[in-house]
Amino acid sequence: MERINIITRSYAWKILALVLVIYTIIAGLLIEVPRLPIIEETIRNVFFHVSMWFTMVFLLIISLIYSVRFLATGKYKYDTIAVEAVNMGLFFGILGIVTGMLWARFTWGAYWVRDPKLNGAAVSMLVYLAYIILRASADTVKLRARLSAVYNVFAFVLLIVFIFVLPRIADGSLHPGSGDDSPFAVATMQGSMYKVFFPAIAGWFLMALWFLQIRLRLNNIENLINKSKNR
Amino acid sequence: MYLNHVKQLFYKDVRLEWRQKYAIGAALLYLIATVFITYLVFDNYITPRVWVALFWIIIIFVAINTTSRSFVPEGQSRYYYYYTLTKPEAIIMGKLLYNNLLMLLMGLTCYGLSVLFLGNFVHNTGLFLLSLVGGCTGLSSLLTMTSAIAWKARNSFSLTAILSFPLTLPFIIVLVQLTHHSLSAGNWLIGLKLLLVLLMLNIIVIILTYILFPYIWKE
Repeated sequence: MERINIITRSYAWKILALVLVIYTIIAGLLIEVPRLPIIEETIRNVFFHVSMWFTMVFLLIISLIYSVRFLATGKYKYDTIAVEAVNMGLFFGILGIVTGMLWARFTWGAYWVRDPKLNGAAVSMLVYLAYIILRASADTVKLRARLSAVYNVFAFVLLIVFIFVLPRIADGSLHPGSGDDSPFAVATMQGSMYKVFFPAIAGWFLMALWFLQIRLRLNNIENLINKSKNR
Repeated sequence: MYLNHVKQLFYKDVRLEWRQKYAIGAALLYLIATVFITYLVFDNYITPRVWVALFWIIIIFVAINTTSRSFVPEGQSRYYYYYTLTKPEAIIMGKLLYNNLLMLLMGLTCYGLSVLFLGNFVHNTGLFLLSLVGGCTGLSSLLTMTSAIAWKARNSFSLTAILSFPLTLPFIIVLVQLTHHSLSAGNWLIGLKLLLVLLMLNIIVIILTYILFPYIWKE
């Protein structure tokens, strides 16, 4: 049996992840934030909402990398990593949508508004839900792995075009930082906020990797149980 | 030799379609019925913007309906035979060419029917026709790939639809904007910029299909 480890077995990075996330929750609620009209205190949601999306994109990139590696090598362990990364990515995506909807309600006045970034989020969820259904409908393990890897690569490239390229060409977004800026250059974010924002991103990335590792081990155990049952 | 294979496969598809005319007839009838239903339902409410929205929604559904059966009619064993004859790249390029042609035919017919039933709101016809060509080739290329995936998963129609709906959105957004620009005369400059984007999307889809299809094909 082969062990699947994304990073290492050491505990150091897990402790770091916990410390960072707890720090961002406490500091995110307590630090001094700039007072802006309409946004006011809700600006603290930047630490929680934006980091969910970053983590989702991070997980989807992991999934893409492992899908490509699966296609290149044909090793099924890469396929398992790819699908579990998508599952985790969807989880973070749902959290991102929920936190975003609450924020939108208090700043833009509705739970859902017409905006390229929201559309991008919704479309990525649709794409990856379709990916899950595709996996469920292929009947052999071999076919399932190969078809879903192909769809993953195909869809990811088009999603990149949809989310990152088209909004620059099409109408503007309500979100700050659209147009020429990078997502980091959030216009309303000031000095002290980065002290929480960057640790939040790093903390959630590590958390995501931890979750992913647990899911993979669970998967491994299930496979072993199934194997021993069949024997 | 390779191009010759693509050409032969393309002719094969055309001949196959010609022999079983009911399939293309069914696709055309689907189109006519859809446009007619739209005409009845949207009795007097059609404004230029509504026209644009309806037109592209009809095109998406027609494209899915037309393309999702592109791998089905020939049996599995026939494909094993092709497998021994030629490379997967030739097969997908032949299919792509054929589906593009079919979808162009559908798109032009849809435009004609829309003008007949819903009225003509397009003033810059040149720009509109160019975007129609770009849109039809792009959508049919995209759908050829997703229908290949769905065909392999043996769950063709509804799977093709859910796999491709979200992916058609980049196309649809560009196409709707292009059509809005072609509602008034002039505006070639912005139109050309958007046409370039459409061309880029087409190229991306075709390159991805070319690279990825062999992985679906081998079994």
